Amino acid sequence: MTCTEFLAQLDDMLDQDAAIPLRADLEEHLRNCEHCEITLSTTRKTIQIYRSHEIYELPEDLRERLHQAILAKCRKC
Amino acid sequence: MAAFEKLVRQYDRQVFRIAQHIVQNREDAEDVVQDAFLKSYEKLDQFQGNSKFYTWLVRIAVNEALMRLRKRRTGRMVSIDEDVETEEGSMPRDLADWSPDPEALYGQSEMGDILRKTIQGLPPGFRVVFALRDVEGLSTEETAETLGLSIPAVKSRLLRARLQLRERLSRYFKRRESKQPQGGEK
Repeated sequence: MTCTEFLAQLDDMLDQDAAIPLRADLEEHLRNCEHCEITLSTTRKTIQIYRSHEIYELPEDLRERLHQAILAKCRKC
Repeated sequence: MAAFEKLVRQYDRQVFRIAQHIVQNREDAEDVVQDAFLKSYEKLDQFQGNSKFYTWLVRIAVNEALMRLRKRRTGRMVSIDEDVETEEGSMPRDLADWSPDPEALYGQSEMGDILRKTIQGLPPGFRVVFALRDVEGLSTEETAETLGLSIPAVKSRLLRARLQLRERLSRYFKRRESKQPQGGEK
């Protein structure tokens, strides 16, 4: 398996849905290729960091203001 | 109305987050949230029970957000197909491994700035796929249905979005004393 072939299956590795025979090939490639091992681990970390940080928080005061505005508009429909 | 108010409370944070990911501007995101909920209320009778209310609402919000983006760019067409033909995001170039605990390198607020700045650099068509799949946790099928894209198109954009973000974050998170990784294209 080449790095390009590995990369084509990266999402399956990240999403844990690679079929078992393919997974064995991918894991075999990983054991021998630090480049792809780093790509996999840092891409996995990228997703985890974006999931665990609330970068666009909705503040409570704005939330209340939006609720009032939405419901007022809906009542006029 | 009480039932609808409950739906607003249930989904407002997600809609705001998705809108912010697309428009990258708080005022526009506020407008998107209002317009998306108003439209969903007006069209509630058109809602088909075979798709979940949330994915239906997200579809409305994504369309509203793309319209806002278009208006802000004074008439330039903006679609989820824009700027997706890029070489970046194919084979990774920056091979440096990351610090074992990259989140410990920065404070909460600085980390937020880094993550916002990094995702802002992605084309809208990549941002929205990443936001729906990886941040909001929609399935590939739901993301495809929401955006009107094929499943292979969602998968391809998601891979490239993930790789672009990874590469851009590497400049902040890589090991200070990095060793040269072995391997590469074989």
